[in-house]
Amino acid sequence: MKIGIPKDGRFGEFGGKYIPETLAPAIEELEKNYLKIRNDKNFKKELGRLLIDYAGRPTPIYFAKNLTKTIGGAKIYLKREDLLHGGAHKINNTLGQALLAKRMGKKRIIAETGAGQHGVATAMACASLGLKAEIYMGYVDTLRQKQNVFRMELLGAKVHAVKSGSKTLKDAINEAMRDWITNVDSTYYLLGSAVGPHPYPLMVRDFQAVIGVEIKKQMKKIPNAVIACVGGGSNAIGTFYPLIDTNAKIIGIEAGGKGVKTKLHSAPLTAGKKGVLHGMMTYLMQDKDGQISETHSISAGLDYPGVGPEHAFLKDENRVEYKAVTDSEVIDAFLILTRTEGIIPALESAHAIAHAIKISKKMKKTESIVVTLSGRGDKDIDIVKEYLAKNVKNKRKI
Amino acid sequence: MSRIKEKFNQLKSKKETALISYIMVGYPSEKTTLAAVRGLIQGGSDIIELGFPFSDPIADGPTIQMASTESLNNGTKIENFFTIVKKIRKESNIPLVLMTYTNILYNQTYLKFISRAKQAGIDGLILPDMAIEESKEYVKAAKKIGMDTIFLVSPNTEKDRLKQIIKSTSGFLYMVAVFGTTGVQTKIHKYTLDALKNTKYAAKGKIPVGVGFGVSTEKDVQKYVSSGADAVIVGSANIKIIENTPTNKIQTRIATFTKRLKNKTR
Repeated sequence: MKIGIPKDGRFGEFGGKYIPETLAPAIEELEKNYLKIRNDKNFKKELGRLLIDYAGRPTPIYFAKNLTKTIGGAKIYLKREDLLHGGAHKINNTLGQALLAKRMGKKRIIAETGAGQHGVATAMACASLGLKAEIYMGYVDTLRQKQNVFRMELLGAKVHAVKSGSKTLKDAINEAMRDWITNVDSTYYLLGSAVGPHPYPLMVRDFQAVIGVEIKKQMKKIPNAVIACVGGGSNAIGTFYPLIDTNAKIIGIEAGGKGVKTKLHSAPLTAGKKGVLHGMMTYLMQDKDGQISETHSISAGLDYPGVGPEHAFLKDENRVEYKAVTDSEVIDAFLILTRTEGIIPALESAHAIAHAIKISKKMKKTESIVVTLSGRGDKDIDIVKEYLAKNVKNKRKI
Repeated sequence: MSRIKEKFNQLKSKKETALISYIMVGYPSEKTTLAAVRGLIQGGSDIIELGFPFSDPIADGPTIQMASTESLNNGTKIENFFTIVKKIRKESNIPLVLMTYTNILYNQTYLKFISRAKQAGIDGLILPDMAIEESKEYVKAAKKIGMDTIFLVSPNTEKDRLKQIIKSTSGFLYMVAVFGTTGVQTKIHKYTLDALKNTKYAAKGKIPVGVGFGVSTEKDVQKYVSSGADAVIVGSANIKIIENTPTNKIQTRIATFTKRLKNKTR
């Protein structure tokens, strides 16, 4: 399967650019500039240097011996994106896009953020490259991720708490787009996930593909299975894309919340319907009228009703399998990894761990699974603490 | 001939500019929607734009966002919307335009949604997030059913693109006056007047050009009329009046405000 640059901005039928007309020239300018630097040796060199010296690439691949032994199945390897500067994979993309923005002569950067990881990574990239950053974050998310709000502010970014709609990630994207419409000439919109109008899904995938490229190099042979969590889907597409044409089984894990049969989840690929939101045609959680549903996930970073169009395409092509795990399974996985390996994963990444635990039991000991550990869990410890206090079943396990 | 086209022809012979008035259906209730529509007709509005709320209205400013959220919270569904349209149609032959977002149509398929809208009495559609590149299937369905497709252009739309958009537009062309979302603005920019001139030139008299976003006062209306607009579109200002008026007075207040604006178009 060869995907490359999507024709007319579409991955199969998914993607496109459903945008207000005011943004059309900006999107066109972005596409032109991106396609130009995509193969520019100097740009690649400059970004490569930053990724090594500033972000801390390459990240290790770690054989989780204790976890593997505890589960008793296939060998589980962790791709340690949690060790990157800022504590998540987000910096791969923000450095790339901030560098592009600078080349385009833009001085003001805006971004949306869910859990705050993309906001922090944007603030870092902007501070280091001398750009001004303003971050939109849902009001609900600013409350559950207070520490990240302060981190962004310390890094010199201005944080806008968004109080419209459901006050989470999707509303932060709405507000960032409105800002962009208003300040289209001076401003660069630095989107953090593989979503939005073309060329964003392509660009974010390209910048995150370093994850999968390194996995391929670091593993002696192609792993039997590769797993990553999917919200918008940036760490997942970065992990999957370079492995698409291998025979690895590829699995994306969505946020099942309180169960995909309830309405309280964020799993559009598992339980959604095709639609148009935030400039793209993709799978969405929506009601009978086409109103976007309020979503739920224990992890703010996956709490989004849509998904990147390339994932929608890979699902329909049956190349990637998409599954959901529940909040409760996520907490179990979080605790198991923390206890067996001394690694505190982000709740987002714990989704992927939860599924790895499920399937490794059924696999042979000679087989291998690579899980992308997209971020570290320091930001989530209050949420976990609160969850454990409310749920006696899990508390006993400690 | 579509009701919209007919209306513009009539106005042209009278040398009048069209006043297009927007309200959000279901804000604050179904009943007030009908009252507001009656007020608009009474005040002399030429075309009525009915907003159907969408959960994520990225092209709208705070006023219309608030009205969308309230309307959805009040339980406005597409079924209610079509019922209201049918009620209006029983009372008036005024051209009715539906403004909403692409997903509302996409959800039912373009063809099915547009034919239901047509049946209810809608004459044209405005979708602020429908870019020309993605519009092939939508325009095809609308043509088949005889629904006008009103596209938006912006002050930064380039010449070739403008031509392409005009080709797919029927009813009228909606020129966004400002870089920004819908809502009350304080002044008229020179770039807007330049854009209006260019847009009118590109439209070559084949399609009327309406100016909207931030048009809220008699002075605004007068300025755009004298600058050659074929229509002025007033939205958020109506919502603000509805927001600040007791239910039983909505009809008269809207009528009075509309009449004042309409006077500037003659």
